[in-house]
Amino acid sequence: MKRIIIHEEYCIGCGLCEVHCIVKHSRTGKIIRAFKEERDQIVPGVQVERDGYESFALQCRHCDDAVCIEACMTGAMHRDPETGAVLCDTDRCVGCWMCIMVCPAGAIQQGADGTVASKCDACTDEEIPVCVANCPNEALVLEDEE
Amino acid sequence: MKSKSKYLIIGNSVAAVAAVSGIRQIDESGEITLVSREPHHTYSRPLITYLLGGKVTEEQMAYRPADWYEKSNVNALLGTEITRVNPDEHTVETADGETLGYEKLLIATGGTPIVPGNVAGTDAAGVFTFTTWDDAKAIEAYIAEHGVESAVVVGGGLIGLKSVEALIELGIQTTVVELAETMLSASFDRTASELAQRRLAEEGVQVRTSTTTEEILAQEGRVVAAKLTDGETIPCGLVIFAIGVLPATEIVEGTDIEIDRGIVVDDRMRTSVEDVYAAGDVAQARELICGEKRCIAIFPNAFRQGDVAGRNMAGGDASFEGGLVMNSVTVVDVPTISVGVTEPLDDSYETMVQLDEDAYTYRKIVLHDGRIVGAVFVGDIERAGIITGLIREGLDVSNFRDMLISRDFGLIQLPTEYRRRVISGTGTRA
Ligand SMILES: Cc1cc2nc3c(=O)[nH]c(=O)nc-3n(C[C@H](O)[C@H](O)[C@H](O)COP(=O)(O)OP(=O)(O)OC[C@H]3O[C@@H](n4cnc5c(N)ncnc54)[C@H](O)[C@@H]3O)c2cc1C
Repeated sequence: MKRIIIHEEYCIGCGLCEVHCIVKHSRTGKIIRAFKEERDQIVPGVQVERDGYESFALQCRHCDDAVCIEACMTGAMHRDPETGAVLCDTDRCVGCWMCIMVCPAGAIQQGADGTVASKCDACTDEEIPVCVANCPNEALVLEDEE
Repeated sequence: MKSKSKYLIIGNSVAAVAAVSGIRQIDESGEITLVSREPHHTYSRPLITYLLGGKVTEEQMAYRPADWYEKSNVNALLGTEITRVNPDEHTVETADGETLGYEKLLIATGGTPIVPGNVAGTDAAGVFTFTTWDDAKAIEAYIAEHGVESAVVVGGGLIGLKSVEALIELGIQTTVVELAETMLSASFDRTASELAQRRLAEEGVQVRTSTTTEEILAQEGRVVAAKLTDGETIPCGLVIFAIGVLPATEIVEGTDIEIDRGIVVDDRMRTSVEDVYAAGDVAQARELICGEKRCIAIFPNAFRQGDVAGRNMAGGDASFEGGLVMNSVTVVDVPTISVGVTEPLDDSYETMVQLDEDAYTYRKIVLHDGRIVGAVFVGDIERAGIITGLIREGLDVSNFRDMLISRDFGLIQLPTEYRRRVISGTGTRA
């Protein structure tokens, strides 16, 4: 499966990954409108962590050994059989936050309205996830794994 | 004998489902027979209170899609109760008098709700336990038929609290009766319990602690009140006993399979008898922090154990790394997470605390020997899993411990090596 690799030594903390993630998951798909009208309705699936001059962008790791799937009590959190991505079926999620409790990367958030979990969906409908495609310094790259 | 399966699984819930997928990781075709007393397709047990409260539909109860048995190549005997396991013969008996054979057996029978033997009147109509889908339906029907307006929930633990949530949704005036000094005392510390209790009180829920029911009073066979040990009598049209579950070990009692509190298993989920495995709420397996074998009746534990059992039954080599007590519960609208040891066991433990009572936010981290052994999050639960991961890992946090309690705490403050492993995505388990 393909995996997004984080190269923290190249991350300049610009946050473009977050911006493009929000736009991609907005209704309008337009950067200005997405920010003006929808910013508070979308929790980006990638988030930049910063500490002094250090930074890196983190999205769900789509772990092989995904503890969030194990802990999900409704069956909403599942592995997409085609892409191998770990996805949350928000129609079945009841917002119990068991996934947030167990994710060692802290990569799952409460959705903007606080009722269902929100996480990176690996942009499964794109050739390359938008955070990777728009990273100016190759701090996020897509690599093939066996 | 009707049949002999390569794998026989008793149970149809989390542990059983995980075991099926564990087996199928290794053995794609070996015959699996799964037997369940409950007639339903595999469903999410924790959702039964949501169902009663009208927050999910019957369709949403499904834990796996409708074609799951078929796709997993499982022969499911639903609505079939097992009454006896005969390890010497490698067979089990059903309530209908049939005998089923196995090469490898998994016992994933879960727990049986406790009804206290010393409370008089528990056989009155309107007195329930609440652990199955059918319980939810029965309670719903009883409420509708008798126009129930008030209820007493006995037990202020997880199931009790979730029952209360459902009753609030239905507009039923509810009183919680808890024997301990605070609600959720098994997983919360005192501060978190008090916050939860205060939030419930604001919703009109009465919470009576340090007392329990002495007698259920009935008229014409139907419950009309609960009499407490402190002398008070609370009128109510419904009583739910939610004082815990006991491992459902009956079917192996009297065999050579070792039972302590639950069925005792090793790290490979093997019982003391060859070819018999146990997983989930029925099993007593090693706890991560203290190292002793304990029954930890929570969902993630049941899944992990079922997966390990399934893989090993199919000839794999999987090991359970130890159970960790944890829970995530939303109290009215306040999310909470508790993990591991939430109250210091003695002076050698340290705690770090951040509390804002008005905002209902609280964070607490419990440390021992330079390692995190427990945590509580109330209100703000974002990224709690990072702490859970550190507890599991047993990482020495002495160098950055002061950061842990901060809201901005993230992976970036963690040692590079650990962080690299977490973000590699291969999984964090040893
Ligand atoms: C209301 C409620 C809320 C909960 N909320 C949470 C939560 O938020 N988080 C959490 O971590 N955990 C929660 N739990 C606990 C969680 O549901 C259990 O830990 C989990 O279901 C255990 O799974 P299991 O597979 O071991 O057994 P169970 O889910 O108990 O299933 C046992 C299975 O065995 C079958 N069975 C039993 N005896 C026999 C027999 N003799 N013959 C044939 N079949 C038999 C049953 O029909 C059933 O299919 C909750 C439980 C309840 C009741």
